[in-house]
Order: sequence, then C-alpha cells, then structure tokens
Amino acid sequence: MARVLFKGNEVIAEAALRAGVDAFFGYPITPQNEVPEYLAREMPKRGGVFLQTESELAGINMVLGASAAGARVMTSSSGPGLCLMLEAISSMALTRLPAVIVDVVRSGPGMGDLAPAQEDWKLSGNGAYKIPILLPGNVQELANMVFEAFDIADQYSTPVLVLADGMLGQMMEPVDFDKLPERRKNLPDKPWRMASVGEKGYRTMMTLTYGRPLTEFTDRFENETMPKIIANETRYEAYGLEDADVVVAAYGTSARMAKAAIKEIKTDLKFGFIRPMTAWPFPKEPFEKIGPNCKAVFCPEINTIGQMIDDVRIAVAGRMPVYHIGNTAAGPMNTANIIDALRAYVEGVAK
Amino acid sequence: MSIVYERAKSLTPVDFTYCPGCGHGIATNLVAKVIDELGIQNDTISVSSVGCGGMNPMFFDTDTIIPMHGRAPATATGIKRIHPDKIVWTYQGDGDLASIGTAEIVHAAHRGEKITTVFINNTTYGMTGGQMAPTTLVGQKTTTSPYGRDESHCGKPIRMSELLATIEGAKFIARVAIDTPAHIRQAQKMIKRAFECQMKGLGFAMVEVLSTCPTNWGMTPTESMKWQTEHMIPYYPLGIYKDFE
Amino acid sequence: MVNEKLIVAGFGGQGVLMIGKMVALSGMENGMEVSWLPAYGSEMRGGTATCSVNVSDEPVDSPMIQKPTALIIMNLPSLLKYESWAVPGAKVIINSSLVEQEPTRTDIDVYKVPFNDLATQAGNERGMNMLVAGAYAAITGSITLQNLYDAIDHTFVDSKAKFAEGNKQMAKLGYDYAVEHFSK
Repeated sequence: MARVLFKGNEVIAEAALRAGVDAFFGYPITPQNEVPEYLAREMPKRGGVFLQTESELAGINMVLGASAAGARVMTSSSGPGLCLMLEAISSMALTRLPAVIVDVVRSGPGMGDLAPAQEDWKLSGNGAYKIPILLPGNVQELANMVFEAFDIADQYSTPVLVLADGMLGQMMEPVDFDKLPERRKNLPDKPWRMASVGEKGYRTMMTLTYGRPLTEFTDRFENETMPKIIANETRYEAYGLEDADVVVAAYGTSARMAKAAIKEIKTDLKFGFIRPMTAWPFPKEPFEKIGPNCKAVFCPEINTIGQMIDDVRIAVAGRMPVYHIGNTAAGPMNTANIIDALRAYVEGVAK
Repeated sequence: MSIVYERAKSLTPVDFTYCPGCGHGIATNLVAKVIDELGIQNDTISVSSVGCGGMNPMFFDTDTIIPMHGRAPATATGIKRIHPDKIVWTYQGDGDLASIGTAEIVHAAHRGEKITTVFINNTTYGMTGGQMAPTTLVGQKTTTSPYGRDESHCGKPIRMSELLATIEGAKFIARVAIDTPAHIRQAQKMIKRAFECQMKGLGFAMVEVLSTCPTNWGMTPTESMKWQTEHMIPYYPLGIYKDFE
Repeated sequence: MVNEKLIVAGFGGQGVLMIGKMVALSGMENGMEVSWLPAYGSEMRGGTATCSVNVSDEPVDSPMIQKPTALIIMNLPSLLKYESWAVPGAKVIINSSLVEQEPTRTDIDVYKVPFNDLATQAGNERGMNMLVAGAYAAITGSITLQNLYDAIDHTFVDSKAKFAEGNKQMAKLGYDYAVEHFSK
C-alpha cells in the first residue's frame, strides 16, 4: 500500500482497527473528535463495539469492564477527560488490566483552551503506579505507536497511554499502513478474564486485592513488571551528544520545532539532540552520554512551566543547568521561541 | 426425610461477613436462589460495587468483579458488550447507585443496557460508618446528619425506582422489602423477573430492595425490620413501577 | 530543492482547507514530504479558515508555519494578518476579486488573480479551490499540474469520481491563467 494523506486523529482510529481493537468507549472532546467519528463509521462494518458514553468516567469504566472481559479495548480523550479517567486508570494499573488510552493534548489547566499543547506528562491519579506513556513525533509514528500500544498493554498487562499533542491529532501527513510494526508474538493469554464459570471451568474473582495484601500486588509490579518494561520499552532518538556544547531535548511536535531551530541558528557551537519517545519509562541513557563540553540543556515544551524538564533534571543529575523554553503571553511555544532562546544563549557565550 | 432448606448452589462455602442481622444477607441469599432457580450460574458474571456490597464477590460462586465506586453499571456495560450472551448483573448500595453513580445508572437505563441491577437501599452508608445517604429519611440521624436530615438543607430522599421508571430503556423496575416473610417471598419473585427481563434481551431491569443496617441505625435486627415497615415503606412505596409483556 | 512553507487563509466556505489539502496531496504524489495543519479551536474566530502546508524534499520539521515562503490570500483580513509573516521573496497570491487593497511590502512577489470572477465565468463557483491550486502550481512550481491531476483522481473516487474531470478543468484554468499573466 502506498502512502496516504491522513489526519492524525483518523490515523489513531485506523491503527487501532488494524491492531484488532474489539471495543471503543469514549466521550466527545476537542481536539480528538475524529477518533470516535471514524470508529463510529468503521466499527459496525469491520466488527467491534463502538459506544459513545455519558462521560469520560463512564467510558473508562466500560473500558475497564471490557478489558476485564478479555477484550482489546481503547478510549481517547484530551486533558479534561483524561483527568476524569484517572480513577479507573489507577485501578487498572493495580489490577493489571490492559487498555489503550490516547490523549490528544490541549492546553490547560482546567478547561484551558483548545490550542495544541504538550501537557499531561505527569499522569497522576491516586496511588504509586506507572504506566507506559508513548510519545509520537509524527503521524506515521502515531500510527505505529497506537498499533503497538495494544501489544505492550497485553504483554505487560497494563494500561498504556499514547500522548499525542493536539497538533498531531489535527494535522495531515503521509502515512503508510504497511509500515506498521510487526504484531508481537507470544503475548500472554488472559486466564483471568471475566467470562463465566461455564465457559472457563473455573471462577475469577477480580476484586482489587480483597483477601490478599495490597503490597503483594505492588511489590510484584515494582520488582517484576517495572524492570521488564524499563529494559524493553524505553525509547528515544538522539544524536551529537558526545561533543555537544548545547543539548536540546524535546518530544513530539516540539522536537520537530527544535530540529528546525537548530538548523536555522548559525553558530560554531555544536548542538546535540535528544527526543524521548517514552515519558515512562523515561530514557535516562542519552542524558548520561552527554559529553563533558556540554554547558547547558534546553527543554522546549508547549506548556507554561515545563513538565518533561523535571525528568531531564533528574537524568542530568546536576551536571549542567537545564533551561525551559515554553509558552509566552503571545501564545503557545513555537519554533521562533526556541530560536530566540538558543540565539540569546549563543550570543551570551560569544561575549 | 426431605430437604426443606439448603444453601444456594450459587454461593461459595464462605460465611457471610455482613454484620449479624444485616439485610444484605437476606438480599444476597435471594439473588443466589434466583440464579439457582433459573439455572444460570454457569453463565453469570457478577459485578458488585463499593460499600458493603463490595464483599459479595467472596460469596457468589460466579465470575465476580469489584468496579470503582458508582461505576458498576458502566463496568457491567463493558462486560456485557463483550459477552452479550452472558448474564451480567450489578449489586449496588444506595451510596453507590443513588449518589456517586447516578449518571452511570441513569445512562445504563437510558441505553436500555441488557443488565440486571439489584439495588440495596438501607438509607445510609454502611461501610464507611453510617453517614447520610441521598436515601436517608427526613429527620433520620446519621453521623453526618447528627441533628436529623434537614429537608431545607439537603432536600428530601431520592426515589430511584420512580426516577428510573420514567426512562424508556428501563423495561422492569420494582421496589420490594424484606421486613416480613411475605415481602421476602415477593422480593425473590421480583428479582427473578428482573433476571428474566435480561434473559429475554428486553433492556435494563432493576429491583430496589429496601434493606436494613442495624449496626449504623443503632438497633437490634428485629427493631430494624420494624423501622423499615414503619418508616421506609411509607416513603418508598412497594410495587412494580415498570413491567414487560 | 523544494522547501515550501505555504499558508492558505480566507473565509470559511472558500475552500481554504481543501486548497491546502490539494497542495499537500499533490506534493505527496510527487514523492515529497508534506504536512497539512488547519487552524482550529481558539485560532478559528469570526469564520476565518487557515491552514499551513509544508512541501519539502526532506522530512518536515515543524507543521506550524511562522515564516511562509508562499501565501494564498483569499480575503482582506488574511492579507492584513499574514503579509508581515512572509519571508523576503515570498510568493504572495492574492484573490483580487475580493481584495482591492495593495500589500505594503515591496520585498515580496505579488500575484493577483481574480479567483471568484474566473470561477463565476467558468460557471463552477464550487470548483474555485481547484482553480486556486492550479494557479499556485504554475506560480510556485513546488507542485506540477500533473501532480494536481493525480491528486484529484485519487481524491474523487467512487460516487464522487464524476467530479474529477470538472475539477481538473478548473485546475487547468487556474494554471493557464497564471502562465499567461505571470510568465516572464
């Protein structure tokens, strides 16, 4: 199949269908509405359940139910909806239920506005838990990551979040669905699935931790599952780190802007570049590879105070200063903001 | 010698951990008997709730799941849509169904979701220690209405059966009580009918069971049954609010 | 080498998003890297429509365009907003049917085409967007007329296939107009 020009949100839906999604439950919210619209159109034709829910709360709890029933299941939303979903995401993290959640990020806090943003990095909710968070940087990667998210979810029995900034959802780029990753082999089956005693021959009691100590669950996650996910699923793109004078670290759309900015600036200083492709597990390795010449790390993010930057600071462990480049009163962060900040730094060094 | 009473086959051999004399014990037993009677134990998936009802996964010998607080109808929807041929039912208290989960129960009914809900109304939050519920009667003292529920402050109790009966997708709605042997027999019939509604694929079905909470009401089990007769039934009239055929 | 950064701007209903999409599709037909990004949400006010299109030999760095190398200006508010954004030497295509005001900058190349009038004369006002895309192809050379034809063939399929020919005619009309008026 040749390249086709596809809108990011529709790519999310098509990739999910190709991954064999059994059910989608979701609530309308800008800027991701083409995801449910596409699935509402296609799922009746291609098999599977599409249901528009009364709220994100209900939607994610239907996801929980369908996942518990053994299905490949997903939902999509944006920040305010993701906020409501944290209840069940946290619960699925505890009970180890697989699901794919796509967040097409808009700017907050609160209702914020509809402008594209890079926020929601610090997925939270109650309890100490982590789930894999994938960070696509273009529409093809968005297709690949949504497709693969279902396998990651099943392999480690975990919810997986795909964090796509609003621009990725709204933009069209060429995508080739023949270039989706291979389906993973030997995924575990789901003996715990809710079906019925008559079908399985045994009974499932999916009851959080009733009757067993909570620490038994959390300990197994920390000592068995987490190390595997960190070892196998950490992803990044990086170059020019060993002899870099300055490193720019950015993900998603701002990583593209950062590349454009680095190209545009004429300087003798050498730039290194790091693009985390997973927020958790966060790629510490490229930051450890930054050479001794490096004087500063810049983190352009389309938000106000920086979120990824905290993980970067932990990774560089105080070896060099880390600076935020972000939104200004004039609007969301863009390539010009990065150029201005880097140029100011370069000129400061020259003096 | 003939057997006049035996433990329902749909129950595990575990002793109920409800408080002695609690109405949950009666309601749980009635549902198990209905599942036996209909011969659906092997096809049933039980969705409990958060609150005292959350203990019943230990008691029902079926696949069981505890959903998040109030979301049982949503979680049951997810399961039923994946397994449309199974019998999926929820067991929810009044804090769960009539307070935090009103949106989910209303929209399960609104979609005509083919699930069965057994709603235990004991006018209080039992598990958390007897706080005021939306179903707490006017004047009734609870830990968060220590001077009695004040209508001018927090309204009058909500009647969920009447509310849900107005929704097109709800095909069977009934309110029953467990204060007398006659009422208990009637309750079992209504619960059976609510499961039959699902088995026929008609739509949403709910039975509201007026229950008791002797522990948090500060009464003996006998006194609590009398209180149900004298105070609850007059405000929550028994009967079938919506029926099929 | 092509590294076109195009902003198309006008009123909703002028086919602005479709013009951008046809340019992106044409670039893709030509084996180029492309991106198409609409303004949406709070950027969309008062019925305006805008999209940013990259057509490049290399992977597209930023889908958001702040320094356009080409502008398609379909109404006056768009001229007022975007004229200052253009890089020196940018090709600025102006719908002279609706925009009478002159650009103030002298370091840009201005191409005035009466798109509404041409479409009305051709009796195909709905096909104006293809006319614009055709003129754009001739003026910038970042896509060819054949790319545009291929894009039309791949866009108007099945029940809409009957519209392909009419749209190609409109594309050709715009292309020919630009060649005739702007050839050096």
